[in-house]
Amino acid sequence: MPQTASLHLTNRLHIHIVLESESERERERGARMAEAVVLLDVWVSPFGQRCRIALAEKGVAYEYKEEDLANKSPLLLQANPVHKKIPVLIHDGKPVCESLVIVQYIDEVWSDGAPILPADPYARAQARFWGDFVDKKIYDCGIRLWKLKGEAHQEAKKEFIEILKVLEAELGDRKYFGGDAFGYVDIALVPFFAWFYTYETCGGFSVEAEAPKLVAWGKRCMERESVSQTLYDPLKVYEFVCSLKKKYGIE
Amino acid sequence: MVAAAAEVKLLGMWASPSVRRVEWGLQMKGIEYEYVEEDLANKSAALLRHNPVHKQVPVLLHGDRAVTDSLLILEYIDETWVGRPLLPRDPYRRASARFWAKFAEENCREATKKAFFERGEERSEAIEQLREQLQRLDEELEGKKFFGGVEIGFADLAVGWMAFWLGVSEEVAGFTVVDAKKLPRFAEWMDDFLRVPVIRDNLPPREKTVEFFRYYRDQQLAAAAAAK
Repeated sequence: MPQTASLHLTNRLHIHIVLESESERERERGARMAEAVVLLDVWVSPFGQRCRIALAEKGVAYEYKEEDLANKSPLLLQANPVHKKIPVLIHDGKPVCESLVIVQYIDEVWSDGAPILPADPYARAQARFWGDFVDKKIYDCGIRLWKLKGEAHQEAKKEFIEILKVLEAELGDRKYFGGDAFGYVDIALVPFFAWFYTYETCGGFSVEAEAPKLVAWGKRCMERESVSQTLYDPLKVYEFVCSLKKKYGIE
Repeated sequence: MVAAAAEVKLLGMWASPSVRRVEWGLQMKGIEYEYVEEDLANKSAALLRHNPVHKQVPVLLHGDRAVTDSLLILEYIDETWVGRPLLPRDPYRRASARFWAKFAEENCREATKKAFFERGEERSEAIEQLREQLQRLDEELEGKKFFGGVEIGFADLAVGWMAFWLGVSEEVAGFTVVDAKKLPRFAEWMDDFLRVPVIRDNLPPREKTVEFFRYYRDQQLAAAAAAK
């Protein structure tokens, strides 16, 4: 709301300056608010992306700080001394760690935005369950797909396809995991949609063949600006994984 | 919409810390429930039906709902029944409670499991990791009696297995990580926690638990050796 300053109708220059400095103040206020929320992150991290998507869904302005994990900033080490990992959300100087803890925090603080978790306690318990399922299963199994060879690789492939099928069954014919509304489980899983190409290429299978509903869901999520503006091109993710493989000396 | 008054059942196993954790929460809230002991070597149809993904206890049955995963069950009962709050109201303190709960449940448990079951380098690495983790917990207790503050809360219930079952693991597997001199605050927290009536009155018998853990460890080690 513009401050009500005395209107000097005869002094257009004065009004111009008042209006100018008002928008300047708004810009400063916006910048201050953005500084009040800082996200320490790494561009390709699906865990960091969960936080970015949640912040975007709520329309929260924030400052994004890219970390170099080979050279962690003093801020990161101070903000997450226990794990020294990204993402970390720093709100008014106070750090929140663990991506799904951060997503719940965002939901609770910016409660006037569209809810991320449903209102009903049982639906919340189910959403948290599936969020944890994604957390425990996809990333670690996915790593084995591009790191391991031989029998271990075959085992990882079998396990990964099983995970996809479980998620496919849970999604069913719903628009999103949350039902009609994009929510917590969608946010937990969708960053991995950009990794499907990498997983299927390294794994030697087709995600679409194993879990067509999941792929359709991913495409639907990508229609949301919060998702499309956050996820990187699957080829870029694949390029990144290939560079990691080279670094670790994996064929 | 299930009324809070609908029947509550807990599928559990007497030695399990995750199950006790739920019982502590239920009792703190003053919720009446029926306890059903599961034979994990012979899982009931009910358990398999209500927890098809992980097939584990505890499972909370509330009317026709089934809630799994002990920490999720605690959040569910906190949100469903009024009365004594398990989680703090403030979002930042809630995030902190969830962070430490995850730390105790995932990182510390995993390290303890390795220290308990592994041999050689994997075991000594796990023991070292566990010592570092305990140091973190000790630091977190600075200026507080409990992780929840003046009274026990969600984080204490999550870390609580370490007040009893960690000692059992140390005894059975022959390692020591809880050094009261190096972890003065944590050691004091263990004593204070076990003295809280709802905790004190809801623990398995120690000797029986040690016996069970010893048997379970011997079994797992034998199976691992046979698999090689």
